[in-house]
Amino acid sequence: MNRLFTSPNLTGWLLASPLALVLAAFLVLPILMIVVVSFWTATEFSIVPAFSFENYDFLFGSPVTYSVFLNTFKYAAITWAVTLVLGFAVAYFLAFHVRSQTWQTALFLLCTIPFWTSNIIRMISWIPFLGRNGIANSTLISWGVIDEPVEWLLFSDFSVILAFVHLYTLFMVVPIFNTMMRIDRSLLEAANDAGASGFQTLVSVILPLTKPGIMIGSIFVITLVMGDFITVRFMSGSQAANVGRLISNDIALLQYPSAAATAVVLLATVLITIGLMLRLVDIRKEL
Amino acid sequence: MRTGHDLELVHVTKRYGTAVAVADVSHLFVGGSYVCLLGPSGCGKSSTLRMIAGHETVSEGSILLSGMDVSRLPPARRGTAMMFQNYALFPHLSVTDNVAFSLKMKGIAAQERRAKAAAMLELVDMGRYADRLPAQLSGGQQQRVALARALITGPQVLLLDEPLSALDPFLRIRMRAELKRLQRELGISFIHVTHGQDEALALADEIVVMNNARIEQAGPARQVFNAPETEFVARFMGGHNVLALPQGRFAIRCDEIRLDPAGHEAVVQAVEYQGAHVALTARAAGDQEIVALIPEATFFEHPITPGEAVRLGWDEGRLHRLHA
Repeated sequence: MNRLFTSPNLTGWLLASPLALVLAAFLVLPILMIVVVSFWTATEFSIVPAFSFENYDFLFGSPVTYSVFLNTFKYAAITWAVTLVLGFAVAYFLAFHVRSQTWQTALFLLCTIPFWTSNIIRMISWIPFLGRNGIANSTLISWGVIDEPVEWLLFSDFSVILAFVHLYTLFMVVPIFNTMMRIDRSLLEAANDAGASGFQTLVSVILPLTKPGIMIGSIFVITLVMGDFITVRFMSGSQAANVGRLISNDIALLQYPSAAATAVVLLATVLITIGLMLRLVDIRKEL
Repeated sequence: MRTGHDLELVHVTKRYGTAVAVADVSHLFVGGSYVCLLGPSGCGKSSTLRMIAGHETVSEGSILLSGMDVSRLPPARRGTAMMFQNYALFPHLSVTDNVAFSLKMKGIAAQERRAKAAAMLELVDMGRYADRLPAQLSGGQQQRVALARALITGPQVLLLDEPLSALDPFLRIRMRAELKRLQRELGISFIHVTHGQDEALALADEIVVMNNARIEQAGPARQVFNAPETEFVARFMGGHNVLALPQGRFAIRCDEIRLDPAGHEAVVQAVEYQGAHVALTARAAGDQEIVALIPEATFFEHPITPGEAVRLGWDEGRLHRLHA
């Protein structure tokens, strides 16, 4: 008995078990539940726990599903591209142009200030700015740039992506900044010594060494955008759809099995996307 | 003696804010020679090297290479190349790509730069490792790659920033022989920053001793060791006693001090066996510490233990007057 308790194998299992139990109870079990429910059926007033492919049949048979998934990918791709460019630029500036550590910390904290308020408030605050008679339109008119209000500023794909970029750029900045800070500064001197221009150093030294950070930021942004429903609803004025909204509509109609099936497909899609991305870059050395 | 490829510092000063790292240093580095910049940490030797390389701006003064003022040129256009202390190899590039990096930046075609890199890797005996990543190499191998990367630019002056400090003692001695061989074969100047006087003595045609942002003494290795001009140089080079005599301060080599019945009285403090010699630390009148290196055979004819009184003597002609 005594020997059993001192065996290193058992100690290892015991040490790992609290976290394993928490994850099993709050992550694995709910997902299994969703998978199980996705094979049930529902009528207007009841949920029938019988095994059936009905939900998936409907999901894959409907052209709406494909267009909504396509729309979700479109949001994810555009948001990813914009946050990547912005995030890389901000991180590069912070890591390589701001020399003093005090300023670095100060500017970095400045980036996080928007996170002191809730997502929804930050989203809604765009509405008076972008609206038909909002600040943007009236300013542009008073400058004489446009004659009548621009309609596509609010309740459009533009406003949805603008809100996404606003919400999620920091998730790109932080990991990229983190990787950049780990780049040995003497590598930049060595590149300079070898005659590399600033741009050549950026492309052939900094960018390849920042790849893991870029990948981690990309995973954050893509999963957040693909799982979102509230931003799309608010910023498109309920005129655009993504998968998240599909699920939330089903839930509103108490169609839990159908919502579960959509969720399973979305989860699989996101996992495949991340799997493909991890194929491209090894992020393990970053963790 | 000037040659075509001399490097000259003319009243060079480096300030960081109000702190002076290098104060009005002038020196001529003769082309094709192996020069060691020697001094304790913070003496300004690394700043001097980095100014020559172009990685620090010169606050005042000029740096001339082959008669041309290079002090405002970017590092790659000076005709210098630097080997960094931690080697600074690009971790994401193979050994070949690391060595060929500067050629790639110049826009030379892949095939040509690979061939040149391969030739350079042969020179440093690293041809077998061409496809490895730096992380898969030992410290000594990384250093050879760094050397090849610096040499491929065809510099007139190679700048080495404490190149041997990261190696273990055995490898350090092998690599320094290698550095010397390369310098002789290539016939270019090497300027080598170090804080190890044994390294400087072993390698250098000329030693430049720096202290407190100034050059304390410069000259051929033998001259700097045998004829230190200041107390600092005598103590830093080691192997010397600094004696305060009525006529002034003098340096004398430890191995010039012998046991002499007619000599000065002293009490032995410590005895240290060093193989070929025995180091005898003794305290003489006026609380002066004197170290005598006695040949091993002589010492063990009449062994001495700490606490014993001895008489130490030396040739007056071997005393060497110190300035300042």
